[in-house]
Amino acid sequence: MKRYSMFAVAREAMRYHAGWERAWRSPEPKKRYKVIVVGAGGHGLATAYYLGKVHGITDVAVIEKGWLGGGNTGRNTTIIRSNYLQDPSAAIYEKARSLYEGLSQDLNYNVMFSPRGLLMLGQTEHEVRGYQRTVHANRLQGIATEWIGPERVKELVPILNIDGPRYPVLGALYQARGGTARHDAVAWGYARACSNMGMDIIQQCEVTGISQNAGKVTGITTSKGEIGCENLAIVVAGHSSVMAEMGGFRLPIESVALQAWVSEPIKPCMDVVVMANTVHGYMSQSDKGEMVIGGGTDGFNNYTQRGSWHHVEETTRALVETFPIISRLKMLRQWGGIVDMTGDRSPILSKTPVEGIFVNCGWGTGGFKAIPGSGFAMAELIARGHSPLAAEFNLDRFKEGRFIDESVAAGVAH
Amino acid sequence: MLTLTCPCCGVTAEETEFAPGGEAHPKRFGPDSSDADFEGYLFARANPKGVHFERWRHAYGCGKWFLAARCTATLEVFGTYPAQTTAPPADVIKKIKTKRPEWEGYK
Ligand SMILES: Cc1cc2nc3c(=O)[nH]c(=O)nc-3n(C[C@H](O)[C@H](O)[C@H](O)COP(=O)(O)OP(=O)(O)OC[C@H]3O[C@@H](n4cnc5c(N)ncnc54)[C@H](O)[C@@H]3O)c2cc1C
Ligand SMILES: [Zn+2]
Repeated sequence: MKRYSMFAVAREAMRYHAGWERAWRSPEPKKRYKVIVVGAGGHGLATAYYLGKVHGITDVAVIEKGWLGGGNTGRNTTIIRSNYLQDPSAAIYEKARSLYEGLSQDLNYNVMFSPRGLLMLGQTEHEVRGYQRTVHANRLQGIATEWIGPERVKELVPILNIDGPRYPVLGALYQARGGTARHDAVAWGYARACSNMGMDIIQQCEVTGISQNAGKVTGITTSKGEIGCENLAIVVAGHSSVMAEMGGFRLPIESVALQAWVSEPIKPCMDVVVMANTVHGYMSQSDKGEMVIGGGTDGFNNYTQRGSWHHVEETTRALVETFPIISRLKMLRQWGGIVDMTGDRSPILSKTPVEGIFVNCGWGTGGFKAIPGSGFAMAELIARGHSPLAAEFNLDRFKEGRFIDESVAAGVAH
Repeated sequence: MLTLTCPCCGVTAEETEFAPGGEAHPKRFGPDSSDADFEGYLFARANPKGVHFERWRHAYGCGKWFLAARCTATLEVFGTYPAQTTAPPADVIKKIKTKRPEWEGYK
């Protein structure tokens, strides 16, 4: 692999950019791998990457039915934060956030991590108390967040209407090192690094069955034939239940649609991420100048990758109240992704009833921010059979009533 | 937009008039059951990509609960029926089978 650098850019500029290599190989599958990861989203690719980087396991294939990064990883609004309430969440999301800080250097790929600061507005007394509680929890967890008053909020976000008629802004939970990153680049950077370690990324290859022998996984059936494996990692977000069904077990997951939309590009007007969870909308400005907007999920099971129209209407309405200057903006694009929701709004990183099969799912509406931490923990779980970061997120927590309840901490979880 | 017909009052309306209530026909397990059965009843969901039986409430209408058979991959509604039904009625099953010959049937 040729490294990307200033010199490479200069060199290529001199020769009509004819020397750039493909970022990853597209090989045909081998007969067998030590580890097969299903799903080339951020979580699957990061799992493969840390298997190689930390544990020296490179006999790995990542199997993807579409194109890599074409699932939720390429559809999200890229918010990164670690201001969660419960200790296990704080640990894994903060691990992810801190890995994001050095990810561009680590991968030699610019993931455009931008720790521009993130505000979660308190717009009801209840929400204010909830966020203040989170700030206290974060302090104990060693995560830098603070509660700031409305004047400071206005200073940080001049375009915000802080004394709206219905939900005035009473303050905000502020994480100065939260922010955004370029979602596609995260998938591409991990893919390039995995390919460089000799791993096979196989796109346009759908997994249609899982073979087992005496309760142990032996391989998978795909649209490109049978492939054997010792360990299988299912990392397919919205399709987790479909894959679990192939493995003969069920998951505490329901798949629903979540949408996002962006405006035409405008001049820089907001350099932080703002989430308004009471009114169900959030917004940031991309480097291109588009206002990136998201809201709530649909309530019913859905695999169509398009959501219900009324959510777009409700969220836009709420955000126009919150940011009056956007009222005349044209919206350019709207899209949906299928998110995997658990009852406690926390992810699942776990062994399964079938030996050798591991699942990483349940990130729901908020897993982009977790990609590096999740991949790191998942790799450890597969390689060593145990991972401190993943331990609390196992499937047994449902049986044992040991929920990691993040649904109370934020009405919206992105 | 998803359109449903309430079998209780007969009104056909858009989804904003209804509230979704998750998987229908759960097999209930009580305090005497095994941990695994109880866990399955409380948390495990079929969540299929395809034919799904589910609960809805006519929240901004007559207020009644009812059940629906719907395809989660296309949002096509095969039929709705009263909540006081322990398994999908034969006419709904028949309709699904004609439209989805590859469907494995109600489990
Ligand atoms: C609109 C929207 C906004 C969001 N906003 C945020 C946000 O601001 N911040 C945040 O942190 N998170 C956000 N999220 C959530 C985040 O996008 C996801 O949690 C995360 O991207 C999940 O990554 P993944 O790798 O697990 O799944 P995916 O990226 O969905 O990857 C799974 C892959 O598995 C493949 N697959 C499925 N079935 C099969 C099969 N049978 N065979 C082979 N391959 C298969 C799919 O094609 C897919 O590429 C948002 C999500 C959406 C939809
Ligand atoms: Zn009715």
